[in-house]
Amino acid sequence: MAAKKTSKTNVSKDDLLHYYREMLLIRRFEEKAGQLYGMGLIGGFCHLYIGQEAVVVGLEAAAEEGDKRVTSYRDHGHMLACGMEANGVMAELTGRSGGYSKGKGGSMHMFSKEKHFYGGHGIVGAQVPIGAGLAFADKYLGNGRVTFAYFGDGAANQGQVYETFNMAALWDLPVVFVIENNQYAMGTSQQRSTSSAEIYERGRAFGIPGEAVDGMDVLAVKAAGEAAVAHCRSGKGPYILEIKTYRYRGHSMSDPAKYRTREEVQKIREEKDAIEHVRDLLLTGKHCSEEDLKAIDKDIKAVVNESAEFAKQSPEPALDELWTDIYAQAEA
Amino acid sequence: MAIEILMPALSPTMEEGTLAKWLVAEGDKVSSGDILAEIETDKATMEFEAVDEGIIGKLLIAEGTANVAVNSAIAVLLDEGESLSDAASPAQTAAPAASAAAQTPAAPISASAQAPVAVQVVEHDVPAGTSFKSLTVREAIREAMSEEMRSDETVYLMGEEVAEYQGAYKISQGMLDEFGSKRVIDTPITEHGFAGIAVGAAFGGLKPVVEFMTFNFAMQAMDHIINSAAKTLYMSGGQMGAPMVFRGPNGAAARVGAQHSQDYAAWYAHIPGLKVVMPYSADDAKGLLKSAIRDPNPVIFLENEILYGQSFQVPDLPDYTVPLGKARIWREGNDITLVSFGIGMKYALEAADQLAEMGVSAEVIDLRCLRPLDTATVVNSVKKTNRCVTIEEGFPVCSIGSHISSVLMQEAFDYLDAPVITCTGKDVPMPYAANLEKLALVTTDEVMTAAKSVLYR
Repeated sequence: MAAKKTSKTNVSKDDLLHYYREMLLIRRFEEKAGQLYGMGLIGGFCHLYIGQEAVVVGLEAAAEEGDKRVTSYRDHGHMLACGMEANGVMAELTGRSGGYSKGKGGSMHMFSKEKHFYGGHGIVGAQVPIGAGLAFADKYLGNGRVTFAYFGDGAANQGQVYETFNMAALWDLPVVFVIENNQYAMGTSQQRSTSSAEIYERGRAFGIPGEAVDGMDVLAVKAAGEAAVAHCRSGKGPYILEIKTYRYRGHSMSDPAKYRTREEVQKIREEKDAIEHVRDLLLTGKHCSEEDLKAIDKDIKAVVNESAEFAKQSPEPALDELWTDIYAQAEA
Repeated sequence: MAIEILMPALSPTMEEGTLAKWLVAEGDKVSSGDILAEIETDKATMEFEAVDEGIIGKLLIAEGTANVAVNSAIAVLLDEGESLSDAASPAQTAAPAASAAAQTPAAPISASAQAPVAVQVVEHDVPAGTSFKSLTVREAIREAMSEEMRSDETVYLMGEEVAEYQGAYKISQGMLDEFGSKRVIDTPITEHGFAGIAVGAAFGGLKPVVEFMTFNFAMQAMDHIINSAAKTLYMSGGQMGAPMVFRGPNGAAARVGAQHSQDYAAWYAHIPGLKVVMPYSADDAKGLLKSAIRDPNPVIFLENEILYGQSFQVPDLPDYTVPLGKARIWREGNDITLVSFGIGMKYALEAADQLAEMGVSAEVIDLRCLRPLDTATVVNSVKKTNRCVTIEEGFPVCSIGSHISSVLMQEAFDYLDAPVITCTGKDVPMPYAANLEKLALVTTDEVMTAAKSVLYR
């Protein structure tokens, strides 16, 4: 990967343990979701985040309370990382009333006003102007907040992304454009779909600064995120982070991923895995023992199992829910 | 040879204008390209250039004259050495102009060559003794936006040319001055992008009013209007939606061809999660737009360029609103129900006049809002009249009229004495040629033919 590696960072044991927990939660959650999909408990499209965990965990570490985030349909990791409950996310995947959208949104469409998570969007690239719009509102209201607008290398070829770059730069909107470059737009590699090797460089045409970041290194992501957020919060306008990452699973549950070799996936898992990286830092830094990490693994497993149980037990939405939430009622 | 300089048409719908200022005097020598005068249309003040060389022999129309008809002579251009008396007296052939007394700019322009529709103010839900003022639809829309922006800081206007240019159709004229560039925002020409940004701003706590220069261009923004704005409340289980208005001219203007002449009423009315408003009169435009801006849902507000300059009586109240989802009965009648909305109302009301001359009493319903659709008012009317004709400008397949017809079949079948006839635009892309364009649009004559047919007369 061409992205720059972090040099040694002063990072506390607590921080490392936090990243470890968060990334592991996402991975175990997604593995469980894959399992429930196989059992027919989750339907439709289901896009797993396994492999990309360091991206959201690193950027959430750079966010402040009140900052906003919006992403595509590969959204489970973003929700867990911003503090949404595993139970509510898993129950939405199973289409139950205990889900964040009462079962009416599904894997691709969840939201949490409380956690400032604005979806969960199924049309590739649509979340990019929406993210800039959230930033527009923050700037208008003068509340000092920053928005993270996540999109993939595939979405980076949508015209609306560049319409948005133009306006975000023109109006100095406080938005971090996060390109999660997992190298494949569904089954089409970046090489076959994208004229530029470094997508963030496209920002230069609009005067938007940006950089490539090693997305398998949570500390590098956090450091880049902090710089980007500081740039936006100081009123200098948008910033682009192209975070080079990798998804271990197919595009969705039904993707056999024949467009790449098993060896390619295996090599990244073995040499680059973001969770293993933090695990090594914890162990080699003598911050904790194998036993301590096992205890964490056990905790996480319990959280995930509980979410699966909740998602199975939660009732399906009441039939009259079909007709609710189509129109908001005016406040009296 | 003396040449008559004629009043030019400076926009697709212009039929007359104000000669605001002469920039040449009698006796001046002019070359082609020299600016002769400033002419005010209902949209803008335009400079008018000389085409031919010569000497200004006579200015036939005084500065400040309003309502100067397109193609009437406004000046005489002489050849070098030629005198006015040498030339045939073109002044006598010039169309008589209105007096120069009218100094007020932008007098309302009737886009129709026919007599203005007699407006009967019926069913205004206003306190007794309320006074009325005459406003154009354009002014009414501007007042609605300005009033809502004064009372709610989170309301803002964005779109192409809404600020410094003062609005492509002058709807937002003066608003930049009052509200500043933070709240009246010129966008680049990028409908998909700015519609998405506006949806995000609505999610983020603002109440955007998005002006599309015309709804033809909103096709580029369709994904955000439908997938992002209309569906999010449902997809989020009621947690968040998009309180916003998308507005702008919709439907045919005049001679602007297929890509700029389309009525999208039925398209948007199809979508759950949207509200769709299409006013005819200025009072409704004002009251409905104020309600639309306050509504917590995404509202499509379909205007009409030809109606912008038409005047109606508007209640002179500090906060006049009209609820969304309620049809308006313009005329009560017993023999036939005419159902329309937007500019279709012009044909419906004209037909009602002609029917009255035949001794037929027509009830005329303006739907005003296409979603939610006030079907009860239509059904109740048809239960009384037993006959119905719908009138709209859009294409015939899956039209608003088709839906009304289906509702009547299901809810008033036993009351119908004749099939419902839907008068619509023709099932063709809009042609450019004047004669073909006329043929493509719905007409009062077609409404009369349909009415006579269901009346068996």
